Amino acid sequence: MDPLLVLAQALNGIQFGVMLFLMAAGLTLVFGIMNLINLAHGSFYMVGAYAAAATFQATSSFLLALLAGIGAGAAVGILVEIVVFRRLYPRDHLDQVLATFGLILFFNEIVRMIWGPTALYATVPHFLAGQVEILPGAPYPAYRLAIIAVGLGVAALLYALVSKTRIGMMIRAGASDRVMVSALGVNVKVLYTLVFGLGAGLAALAGLMAGPIFTVESGMGENVLILAFVVIVIGGIGSIRGAFVASLLVGFVDTMGRAFLRPLLATVMANTAADNAGPALASMLIYLLMAAVLFFRPRGLFPPRTR
Amino acid sequence: MIMRKPGVVSSRALVTLVIIAVLALVPPVAATIGEGFYVDVFTRIMIFAIAALSLDIILGYGGMVSFGHAAYLGIGAYAVGILAFYGVDNGFLQFGTAILASAVAALFIGFVSLRTSGIYFIMITLAFAQMIYFLSISLNTYGGDNGLNIDRPSDFARLVNLSNATTLYYVVFAVLMLFLFLGQRLVNSRFGMVIRGAKSNERRMAAIGFPLLRYKLTAFVIAGAMCGVAGALLANQDLFVAPAVMQWTRSGEILMMVILGGMGTLVGPILGAVAFLALETVLSDLTGHWQAIMGPILVLVVLFARDGIFGLLSRIGVERSRG
Repeated sequence: MDPLLVLAQALNGIQFGVMLFLMAAGLTLVFGIMNLINLAHGSFYMVGAYAAAATFQATSSFLLALLAGIGAGAAVGILVEIVVFRRLYPRDHLDQVLATFGLILFFNEIVRMIWGPTALYATVPHFLAGQVEILPGAPYPAYRLAIIAVGLGVAALLYALVSKTRIGMMIRAGASDRVMVSALGVNVKVLYTLVFGLGAGLAALAGLMAGPIFTVESGMGENVLILAFVVIVIGGIGSIRGAFVASLLVGFVDTMGRAFLRPLLATVMANTAADNAGPALASMLIYLLMAAVLFFRPRGLFPPRTR
Repeated sequence: MIMRKPGVVSSRALVTLVIIAVLALVPPVAATIGEGFYVDVFTRIMIFAIAALSLDIILGYGGMVSFGHAAYLGIGAYAVGILAFYGVDNGFLQFGTAILASAVAALFIGFVSLRTSGIYFIMITLAFAQMIYFLSISLNTYGGDNGLNIDRPSDFARLVNLSNATTLYYVVFAVLMLFLFLGQRLVNSRFGMVIRGAKSNERRMAAIGFPLLRYKLTAFVIAGAMCGVAGALLANQDLFVAPAVMQWTRSGEILMMVILGGMGTLVGPILGAVAFLALETVLSDLTGHWQAIMGPILVLVVLFARDGIFGLLSRIGVERSRG
C-alpha cells in the first residue's frame, strides 16, 4: 500500500474525529451535568451549517458566516432549552428521547420551509481552497488541515474552560451535586442554559465546517449524531476526556476501514468476495468496536467518577 | 390478578373489545362505502401495531427502552425478500426464517446491550439498529440502497392467497390478535411477573435470586421475533423491501406509538399505531410540511399526556362508573 495514501487517510480520520468531538462534547456535557439525552443535538449542527452557508452566499464573508453559524446554533439551543428542555430535566430518559425526537421532525421541516427541499451548496473559503504539501509529494487539502487545527484548538480551550476557570468549576460542581451547588448560591438555571448554549454552539461549529465536505441538507445532523452517540458511549457518558479519545478512535477506525478494508480483504480472499464483504464490514466496524468496548467495559473507557 | 377496581378492568376490557370489533369490520365497511384503499391503510396500521405491541412487552413491562426496534422489522422483511430473490416463496420457510433471523439478531444485540442500562442501553440499541441498517445498504446483491422487489407474496401451500388485499388484511388481523393474546398470557405469567419485578426494582429481584439477565434477554428475543413477523408481513404488503424500512426514525416512530397509545397495556400500542399513522395521513394531506406540526404534537404528548390514549379512555370509563 502507498504510504502517502495511508498518511492522507489517517489525516482524514483525525479530521473526522475532531468533528465528531465537537458534536460529542456538547452531548456529553449536557448529559453529565443535566442528565439529559438530547437527540435534537444534530439539529444544532444542521442549523449551524445552513446559517453559515446562507450567510456566506449572501455576503461572501467567511468571518460573518462563521459568526452567523455559531450564533444561530447557540441561539436556537438556548431558545429550545428555555421552552422545552427545562421541563424535561426531571423526566426519565424515555421522555427525553421522545420529546427531542419530536423536535428533530420539527427542525428538519422548518429548515426545508426556509431554505427549500434541495441541498445548499457550501464553498470552502478562498484562502483555504488550495492544497498544502505536508510531506514532499504528498499534497493535502488546506481546508481539512484547518478543521483539524480548529478542532484541536477548541478541545484545548474546552479543557482549559472546564478545568481552569470559575465557570468550569461550577460546571464540574453541577455535575457532581446540583442541589448543593444551587444551595451555595449558584444560579443553576442560568448555568444550565449557558452549558446548553455552549454545546449547541460547538455542534453548529462542527456543522458549518462540515458544510463544504458533506452536503448541507435537511436531516444532515442525524448520521453524525448517531456516531456522536457511539463516541460518548465508548468514551464514557459525561466524560469530555473520554469523548475526545473516543472521537479520534471512531473517526480513525471508520475512515481507515472504509479506505483499506476492501484491499486488505482482497489479499486473503477472492476479489468479488472482497468487493461484497469489504464495504459491508467497513460500515459495521465502529459498531463492532463499540460492542467490543462495552463487552469489557459496560460504562465506557473513561466512566465519570461520580454517580 | 386481584381486581380491586372493577371499573378499571371493565372499561379497559370494553375499550379492547371495541378496538377488536372495529378492526374486524374494516374490510366490509370499506367495501360498502366503496373506499377499498382503507383496507390497505389499516393493514399497514395493524402491521405497525404488531411492531409496537412487541416493543411494549419489553418497554412497558420490562422497562427496556429499545431504540432500535425497527431493525427487527427490517430483518423480517429482508428474510422474505432475500428468500424470494432466490425463488423460495414458501411462506412457512420465509416466516420461519424471519422469526429465526430476528430472534438471533435480538439475542446478539440483547446479549451486549443488556449488560448496560439506562441511557447506555438506549444508545446501544440505536447504534446496533444503525449497524444493521448500514449493512443492508451495503448489500449490493440485494439492491443496496434502492431495495429489492419481491415478485410474489409468501405462498402458504395455496391455503391463503396473500395477493388478495382482504385476505392479507385478515391474516394480519389474525396475527395481531394472536400476539395480543400471547402477550397478555406472557405478561401475566410467572415469567412476566419476574420481568415486571425487574422493572420496578431490579436490585431486589436479583437479591431474591432471579437470574435477571436471562429473563430479560428471553423477553428481548421474544419481542424481536414478534417484530420480525411484522416485518415479514410488511414485505408481503409492499412486495418490496429497502433499507428505509429500518431507518432509525422508524424506531422512534414505533416508540412513539407505544407512548401515544399508553405503554404497559399491550392494547394501547394498537391504538397508538392507529392514532400515529392516522395523524400522519391527515396532516400530510393538509400540508407538505406536516412534520412541522407532527413534531410539536409529539413534544406536547410527552410533556402533558403520559398515560396515552388508552389511559385516557379507561379513565373516562372509571369516572362514569363512579358517578
